[in-house]
Parts: sequence; C-alpha cells; structure tokens
Amino acid sequence: MSGVLVVMEQQAGAWHRMSWETLAAGQQLAEQVGQPLYSAVVGQGVAALAGEAATKKLDKVHAVEHALLKDYTADGFTAALAQLIQAHAPSYVLFPHTYQVRDFAPKLAARFAASLISDVVAFHAGPVFVRQLFQGKLNADIRPAGAGPVFVSVQAGAFRAESLVEGAARVETFAPRLDAAEIRTKPHEPFREAARAVDLGAAELIVSVGRGIKEKDNIPVVEELAKAMGAELAASRPICDNGWLPMERQVGSSGQTVSPKMYMAVGISGAIQHLVGMKGSKTIVAINKDSNAPIFEVADYGIVGDLFEVVPALVEEVKKAKS
Amino acid sequence: MKIVVAIKQVPVRDSQLRIESDQRWIQEDDLGFEINEPDAYALEEALQLKEKHGGEVVALCAGPSRATQTIREALAKGADRAIHIEDDNLRDLDTFGIATLLAGAVKAEKPDLILTGLQSDDLGYGQTGVVLAELLGVPHATIIMQVEVQGGSIQVKRELEGGWFQHIEMPLPAVLTIQSGINKLRYATLMGIKKAKSKEIKSVTPAAAPAATAVLERVYVPQKSKQTQIFEGDAKSAAAKLVEKLKFEVRII
Repeated sequence: MSGVLVVMEQQAGAWHRMSWETLAAGQQLAEQVGQPLYSAVVGQGVAALAGEAATKKLDKVHAVEHALLKDYTADGFTAALAQLIQAHAPSYVLFPHTYQVRDFAPKLAARFAASLISDVVAFHAGPVFVRQLFQGKLNADIRPAGAGPVFVSVQAGAFRAESLVEGAARVETFAPRLDAAEIRTKPHEPFREAARAVDLGAAELIVSVGRGIKEKDNIPVVEELAKAMGAELAASRPICDNGWLPMERQVGSSGQTVSPKMYMAVGISGAIQHLVGMKGSKTIVAINKDSNAPIFEVADYGIVGDLFEVVPALVEEVKKAKS
Repeated sequence: MKIVVAIKQVPVRDSQLRIESDQRWIQEDDLGFEINEPDAYALEEALQLKEKHGGEVVALCAGPSRATQTIREALAKGADRAIHIEDDNLRDLDTFGIATLLAGAVKAEKPDLILTGLQSDDLGYGQTGVVLAELLGVPHATIIMQVEVQGGSIQVKRELEGGWFQHIEMPLPAVLTIQSGINKLRYATLMGIKKAKSKEIKSVTPAAAPAATAVLERVYVPQKSKQTQIFEGDAKSAAAKLVEKLKFEVRII
C-alpha cells in the first residue's frame, strides 16, 4: 500500500476551485510521507480535465470514465472510486471538503471500515491531521489508525492553490464496472430558487448580522448601522433560516461569497460555513461579546462587547464622522 | 410510516469551553447540554411527516446517562418512544464505530425512513448519517431542505453550494441528513411534557464496535494567525476609536 490519491471535483466539465487546493495539500503530504502522488477525476468525458491536472507535479492522473458517472450520484461515485482504490491501494485518499464530497466520501471510507477525517485544516509530522471542533472554537489533532487507507477531506482555503508545483504526469483511463441497477438515487437538474434582487458580491461595504441579535425585532438596530455607513445589510445562515432576513442576504457556503472593502460582522461567532463566504474581504471588523469567537481569527479590528450597546454608539459616531 | 430519528446531545451553544488537563477532551462537569441543533430539525421533520402520513417516530440516541434528558425532551415534543444506547465511554469510538452501534439498533426497528442532522455542533464530522446508510445498505441524501413522500419512494430537495438546489428521488427505506432551517421548530407543550413521562425509553448496552480509525489525540485552543486590533473601553469610546480607524486609515467612511 503506497501513494497519496487526490480525488478532484468537476461539474459538467468545469473544475471545482477547491480541487487545486486539495492537489496542493496532496503535494505537501506526498513529500512529507515520501510517497508518490496520484489524482483522480471522475465523470464522463473527463480526458481534457485529466490532461490539465497532469500539468502539475504528480506521478499519474486517473481519468475515471463511465457513462453512469455523467451525473453525480453517491452510489456511482462510491462504487467507481472503491474499485480504483482496490486496484491501486493508496495509503492516503484526499478530497476537497465540498458538499458533494460530504455526500459520498463517508460512504466510501465506510466501505474500507474507516472514518473520514473530515474538514482538515492542516497536518503535522506523523502525519497527524488537524481539524476544528465546536464550530472553530477548538482544534483537535487526529491520528489515523487501522489498516488503511486513510481518508481525509480538506477545508476550503486551508491550502493555497498558488503553491502548486508544475510538472508533467501520465494520464491513465480507468473504466470501472458499473451497473445502472446499483444506482438507487435519481438526481434532477440543479436549479436556483429565484433571481437575486440583492447582489452582495458587488457591495463595497457590508454590515452583517448573526445570532447575537437574538430576535427579529432587533434587526433594525443593525439595519440602522448599515444605513448610516451606506453599507448593504447581510446575515449569517441562522438569521435567514429563521426568516428574519431574506435568503438572498445570506453570506457563507450555502449563500453568497463576498469580498467587499469592509465587512463588519455583528454578533456572528464565525463558524467555518460563514467564514468561507467572507474571509476574502479587504478589511474585516468583528463585534462580539465572546473574545474567543472564531470570527476574531479573521478580523483586522474588533470590539468585544454587547452589540446592543456598541452598535447604537457606532451609529452615532459614524453620523458624527460623516457630518 | 415508521421513522427513526438519530439525535445527539451536545454542550449548550456558546458554552465557555475549558480543556481537560490531559488535553483529550473538554471539562464537562460544569457544562449544560442540549440536542444538537441540526438533529432538532430532523426530529421536527419526522414529527411533521408523521402528522401528514401517520405512523410512528422513534428517537435513537447514543450517549452517556446524561443524554436521557435530551431524549425526554424529544419525547415531550412528540416522539412516540426512544432507544438509548447508553455508555459513558463512547468517546473512545469514532464516527464509524458510533454509526455501527446506531445501525444495529435501526436494523431491529425496520423503519421506512431514518433522519438525522447533517452534522454535530461538537465534533462536526458530518458523516454519521451517510455511514449509517452504507451499513444499512440503503440509499441516502445529505443536506436536505424538503421531503416529499410519494408512496414507496421520496423526492427530496438537496442543498448544493452557492445558492443552488437539486431534487433527488429514491426508494424507501432511506437515510436523510437534514439541514438546519428546513422547518420551524416547535416547543414542547405542558401536555407533551406530562405525556413524555409515561413513554418508553429502551436502554441498550452497546454491542462491540470497531476500534477507532481516527483517534482524537489532543484538543487545544487554536493559535491565532492574524493580529486583531481590539478597541478597548466602554461602548462609546471603543466605537469612537473604531470609526476613527475606519475613516482615516481604512478610508471607507
């Protein structure tokens, strides 16, 4: 058993950007454990994508091709990758921690009687894998045990695609044996709910509100600050789940990704699902009562305090500064 | 329709977490516990499906003896009965081990549908439901925002990334992992709390489970990678300092 296998993600011929971050993680892990690096691209008609992956420094790219892999299904992808893993016996299998990977990678790992070490942010000598607990408040070192392979998914943004080393690899087609009868789910075409009236992606300034606001009736407190600053109002997921603000104002992995000049997070603890949607912002300001909230991990400026005191004071100061 | 809902008890959200001196876990003695939030949505979805289609809702929980309180709350909200896989040392297992225990209990029940939250607020591995489906040999779908029962099959709305969704059909029995916000959570009524006292909680000693392949070795506070400038003082003076910074250095006011 040897090698690091990176499973890259594509949809309808287009890469998921996290595929490259995961390949970068794969290059680092392969070097650390002194083993060859392979990647796999799964789908139908993926030869061109496989060729693109082969321009990076790795030993081989597996183009896993089958008509039944055209549309993603957990059954199809699990069966195809299980066959690839059985044939090549890698020691480590890396995935990007995408919604699709969350849907099938635990199933694939279970087929090898293993847990998926999911949402990993780093690894150290051993290798020991670092992942977050309690929505980012604590870290944990996870040591793999058992007969292997070790299955790991990598958090968005944890590794940098820019650090990828160029190279030239062979492409090899792998044709799994699949039977239409073993695919039990029938996926329909992806769709969007409705046209978005608010394009947060174009906003220069964003004031965003989270659970700390406590109830719907308090939303105007933050709305007033957004208005005073001339900023768009946005929210973390729980606020939109509760219907306190419309879904189109949601920032995070299931909502919009934004990178304004300034992002002010009010009463948002900063779970990773939120951080991935806003950590590219130029300046990040956090207002939170908990000094240990993970939002301070990405914030340039912060105030630790009660938002119901801090926000009205900010409104007053902003108005003063503008007059 | 018979529905099993797998629920987990986790520390109350926003608890102040302190790490045990051996760095293997957090100090639990002074913590409050509650149902894992996505699991609360899974339970609510099960209750609503039962109200629409009839049948039975069975709450299933693997956890130490303190989890009984969370199980009682599920019964008070409307679950008909519960199974408690009770053990104070479940932390030694990984998710594959826990899912193995849950699968054993589910098999005996032969449900039409198994629901659970998409991830836990404490460990956050986000895989127990998917592994459970694999061990039961049934189809699954994750991050579900809507469930429609159509005879012997279901159509679900699955959340994709960046505001996209997808409908998926599959035969029953099946496992679904439920996303927070799929429905509106109910509160337990006084009548519900009273009724819960007479509902059955079957306590089960866990069978042998496979040893962990992912061993939690050390828990610690993450090192800050970014220097955050914190403005001190009362609300007014901190706000004034922040606005000055935003006006003269960041130049956005």
